[in-house]
Amino acid sequence: MIKMEERMVRIYVMGKEYRVPAGLTILKATEYAGYRFIRGCGCRGGFCGACGTLYRKEGDYKLYTALACQTIVEDGMYLVQLPFVPAPKAIYDIEKLKPFGEVVLSFYPEVARCVGCNTCTKTCPQEIEVMEFIQAVKRGDLERASELSFDCIQCGLCAARCPAEIKHYHVAQLVRRLYGKYLAKHSEPLKKRLREIEKSSYEKEVDELMRMSQEDLKRIYYSREIKV
Amino acid sequence: MLELIDGYPKYMRESIEKVEETREERLKTSVPPMSAEEREKILKKFHPDYREDSRRRLRVGPNAGDLVYHEVADILEARPLVDPKEIDLSTVDYEVDVLIIGGGGAGTVAAIFAYYEGISPENILIATKLRHGDANSMMAEGGIQCADSEDDSPVLHFIDTIGGGHFANKPELVKALVFDAPLILRWHEELGVMYDRNDTGHFIENPGGGTCRKRLHSAKDYTGMEIMRVIRDEARNIGIPVLEFSPAIELLTDESGAVSGALLMNLETNEYIVVRSKATVLATGGFGRLHLQGYPTTNHYGATADGLVLAYRVGAKLRDMETAQYHPTGAAYPEAIVGQLITEKVRGMGAMPVNAEGEAFVYPLEPRDVESAAIIRECYERGKGVKTPTGMVGVWLDTPMIDEIHGEGTIRKHFSAIWRLVARFGIDITKDPILVFPTLHYQNGGVEIDENGWTGIEGLFAGGEVTGGVHGKNRLMGNSLLDYNVFGRRAGISAARHAKRSSFRELTLRHVERFNRMLDEAGLKEDKRAPILLPDYRGERVLARSLKIRI
Repeated sequence: MIKMEERMVRIYVMGKEYRVPAGLTILKATEYAGYRFIRGCGCRGGFCGACGTLYRKEGDYKLYTALACQTIVEDGMYLVQLPFVPAPKAIYDIEKLKPFGEVVLSFYPEVARCVGCNTCTKTCPQEIEVMEFIQAVKRGDLERASELSFDCIQCGLCAARCPAEIKHYHVAQLVRRLYGKYLAKHSEPLKKRLREIEKSSYEKEVDELMRMSQEDLKRIYYSREIKV
Repeated sequence: MLELIDGYPKYMRESIEKVEETREERLKTSVPPMSAEEREKILKKFHPDYREDSRRRLRVGPNAGDLVYHEVADILEARPLVDPKEIDLSTVDYEVDVLIIGGGGAGTVAAIFAYYEGISPENILIATKLRHGDANSMMAEGGIQCADSEDDSPVLHFIDTIGGGHFANKPELVKALVFDAPLILRWHEELGVMYDRNDTGHFIENPGGGTCRKRLHSAKDYTGMEIMRVIRDEARNIGIPVLEFSPAIELLTDESGAVSGALLMNLETNEYIVVRSKATVLATGGFGRLHLQGYPTTNHYGATADGLVLAYRVGAKLRDMETAQYHPTGAAYPEAIVGQLITEKVRGMGAMPVNAEGEAFVYPLEPRDVESAAIIRECYERGKGVKTPTGMVGVWLDTPMIDEIHGEGTIRKHFSAIWRLVARFGIDITKDPILVFPTLHYQNGGVEIDENGWTGIEGLFAGGEVTGGVHGKNRLMGNSLLDYNVFGRRAGISAARHAKRSSFRELTLRHVERFNRMLDEAGLKEDKRAPILLPDYRGERVLARSLKIRI
């Protein structure tokens, strides 16, 4: 990385110019410029989708998207954040649903309006194949759709730009829950362990440990067999 | 401008070559785990928890005399944000059975289980500082512990947790933690959480630091995000109301000192909001953004320990606050991501910490405090760290070993978050190691609770990172996601039951007046205010010229 003092770049926060050290993320550069975030800043680590950002670069026709906390500033960036996207989520009782594509479409009929423009994919700061995901939903392939959308951080930038008004990230949430609940095989050993605990199978042993002196506990801990 | 070759400057590349040279040999051997004596010795000498100048004794409140980090003492001994005389509590904005403060993992689980326990959604309210789900819970990468495999048992999970916590844990909390784990995992399955599974449907499980069995359940390296977004979706389907951008700035109490509600602040309009509740659950998370000892942190923007301050002022007791968890492997390079989490699952699946000379120097799966101390020793006593262009020192985490052990494609499949994090800077972790150094990660201690999530203050319950006792003096990997589920659930159920047999109480800020008098009597004249709500990262030049004019 470049030393902070070495070089300054110009960024334009909603059109207003600031000079900031090169090498900072958009988030840190905006803070350096004097902004204190309430909206538009969350985990600061690329997991929460709070800092979705749109930008253009001088002399470049394209509109880019980024997570402000994961993207380094470039000279001549025109920045605006999109910390909230008005995109209603369907309300459902997961217990009463069946894991079919039609079920998803009944909650989000606009999925069928996808024109295949691929703007969603080009928009996604996680580089998810969003349009492929929508096609998988349309085919009713919920397993593939779940895999494709798994890394979605729900920033909503796709939904903000979709000409068919699809709320991809909400659709994906429903799809993954249907897959995880109904299509993925569940664990048998887990159920077995649950039954054992209900029958208090381990209660006595743990209660004994709880009564033990710290010295005895230490001996047991340091001599336990490690099987990893 | 420094020239980079696939993300690294040339001099760092030279050290990477040494790492590559020893890789084959290291795949066959491992440094053995430390004995009890070795652990104690290295911790005392190198772990920040043991530095004399890092902490001081509290001068006021329920824990007066206890040793805590300076940054924690600063907020616990700070003045309240509001003057009780300026607040009109006669107009109540919300009246609910169960108020939940904090919209992260613990708060969301508490809300859902209060609903399962028979409280209707409109009688529950989640008040949260940022958005629903903005929390450390969302950022957890590696996994959640649950002893559900044939060769494992809740007894072993209990022993691992107590040993990792230096035998300081509150045993009844650990018992609840390990016995509730299978119930929580089953609940997640029924909600549709997509855990990594093998062909039979059982979970793919990995070891974590300090576990004697493979017990970590994960969803790639987005485990926290996957659980959080599913439970948030469920809370939204149930229709539990959430007040976003409205943190609590004080609890409210009645004549007897029982908690009767909370005072919130709308961060966007600056108005205060009065909530009256029959039961209140504190689920405000931890303290990473206090940057203890100047350490960078893995934590969320809002992790400023507000709940500790609020609870302390109503007389709740804290415990195990003299320690903090530094995650052994925070990113040390590139500068833009310093302090961000490189999940322990990376070591769980075979990657080894290696020094500048390409030598292994520590068993990769020691408990976190021991592993961190070993990395600090390697960098600062032995001088075998790698210095970055901005002056950070770190050691290599040899990620390419994962694909060597488990086959090509494993990293891309299991670590898409970490792969993406550094790929944005031109580094490919399937080919090159990443540079790491410990980073402030978790608040081991906190508000003391019993096994039902009760704080000992009438009407006040708590769950998740704000609490103490579950992890003793050092938390194991995968026990925090489990903690917030187990104790979020227990606190939610307890709060619901409490609400059903209670009526609304008087609302006052008398405890705040009392606390102010206590500070006066102790001669504490500093004008520091708390809770601090959000850290301030504005540039120094701007702050130096900042005018205090309100417009």
